[in-house]
Amino acid sequence: MSKILVIAEHLGGKLNSATARAVSAAIAIKGEAIDVLVLSDAPDAIAAEAAQIDGVSRVFTVARPENAHPLAAVLAPQVAKAAAGYSHVFVPSTTFGKDVAPRVAALLGVAQVSDVMSVEAAHTFKRPIYAGNAIITVEADAAHTVVATIRSASWPAAATGTSSAPVEALALDVALPTHTRFIELKQGSSDRPDLQSASKVVSGGRGVGSKENFDIIFKFADRIGAAVGASRAAVDAGYVPSDLQVGQTGKIIAPELYMAIGISGAIQHLTGIKDAGTIVAINKDAEAPIFEIADFGLVGDLFKLLPEIAQELT
Amino acid sequence: MKILVGYKRVVDYNVRIQVKPDGSGVVTDGVKLSANPFDDIALEEALRLREKGVADEVIVVGIGPADLTAHLRNGLAMGANRAIHVTTDDAVQPLTAARVFLKLVEKEQPGLVILGKQAIDDDANQTGQMLAALWDRPQATFASQVEIADGKATVTREVDAGLEVIEAELPAVITTDLRLNEPRFIKLPDIMKAKSKPIDTIEFGSLGVEAHDHLKTTHHAAPAKRSKGVMMKDAAELVAALKQKGLL
Repeated sequence: MSKILVIAEHLGGKLNSATARAVSAAIAIKGEAIDVLVLSDAPDAIAAEAAQIDGVSRVFTVARPENAHPLAAVLAPQVAKAAAGYSHVFVPSTTFGKDVAPRVAALLGVAQVSDVMSVEAAHTFKRPIYAGNAIITVEADAAHTVVATIRSASWPAAATGTSSAPVEALALDVALPTHTRFIELKQGSSDRPDLQSASKVVSGGRGVGSKENFDIIFKFADRIGAAVGASRAAVDAGYVPSDLQVGQTGKIIAPELYMAIGISGAIQHLTGIKDAGTIVAINKDAEAPIFEIADFGLVGDLFKLLPEIAQELT
Repeated sequence: MKILVGYKRVVDYNVRIQVKPDGSGVVTDGVKLSANPFDDIALEEALRLREKGVADEVIVVGIGPADLTAHLRNGLAMGANRAIHVTTDDAVQPLTAARVFLKLVEKEQPGLVILGKQAIDDDANQTGQMLAALWDRPQATFASQVEIADGKATVTREVDAGLEVIEAELPAVITTDLRLNEPRFIKLPDIMKAKSKPIDTIEFGSLGVEAHDHLKTTHHAAPAKRSKGVMMKDAAELVAALKQKGLL
């Protein structure tokens, strides 16, 4: 029977919602146990959050000062050691998971399945290739542990609140390397909802025209309680920082409502939003490819239309 | 210091790929192939480090069939000193690629290996991390800025939460993100010069790497299409439609 170990992602003492999404994929395996591993310098609060996710059997914590920051070279040997006895190791397919999971897989001498979109059977998965333009079915060798990253946009977060899994400290006898050191994290400070988990996202593209003009996107997003995203063109032009980028090379998101403002809709951008519930496109070019996938399209000048929409909402 | 650069050939990023009707793969016959964009960035970074005097030799590495040589010549024309071509007709999964790179690392003893963060065909994003694990050396993935001094690399990484800076002792593996640099164009005289640069050809079987392909791809499918939506005549109509769906 399958036993799945889910690696918790966390930041600033809080569990990232991508973890509960990875638990959903683990539930789809229909195995006998789903355990969550929290590696941190201070794991208690994070473990308490993880213990409330429905479907979680046990939460293991490894408290070491070296785990204060998510360095793959430090975390991977611990995960590889903890993986003994598990048929699957699932990690969210965020920059954290993409960094750590392949290092774990190589230490275990096994292949990795990247960006799992669906679980067909315990060892059969679907994942996207060619920027989401083809979906492949892959079968992993059942004789080896499956290491996989779970595509957040494809899975709902498992419910929380009704369960309370036991939390146990885990002692792992692993020597950790000192060749890699954390220096700092520069965060774009924001009171807005987190781009990756927001139910509404308003994104601006090159059509917004300038860094100053981007204010209209921020204002409109705040008006409807949405997170703000951007196309690669807007990021490359310096309108907004790169952590707002949505697309193949940025974040892949699946909000209920996605509003693309002044975004033409290049393939690499569409890859990031294909799974959004409702897509709205506002663009002055009626021929823009974004209209081919938008549920609702509006052709016109965004500087005129956005205030009009805000007006309609009052 | 030597720098090894992974230089994969993939279906050009501008090609709209087609899935074969029988689900056996995607159509690659007659389709334009070019360097994986992230690998061009990796090579550019290596060349810049050589121009700064940090490195003295840049080696491009490709794994693939005989005709991959022409692709490696592009890397030489861009400025690499020499190329290593590991020949195989089989598709190579990331773990096997990482094992091949480890063999080359043992042979060449580079101070740095720079790979793209992912190849745009399999979108795996694994090889660099796997090589770093097998080599037991630091990894700095998704790099948008690299500085090398005093035997260590200070690397700014593009992470979901923003920009993370880490320090890695050399030798190390760096994987490139899009914003690391703007790759240079290949000039005609350099294409001529590249013809006389050396390419080492190594038979995959002679490396002693066992291909452990634990993953079998059983089916290819086109992604589900979104149905074409409706055009709204004005802001009022759009707001009404969104309100009706309970989205605003």
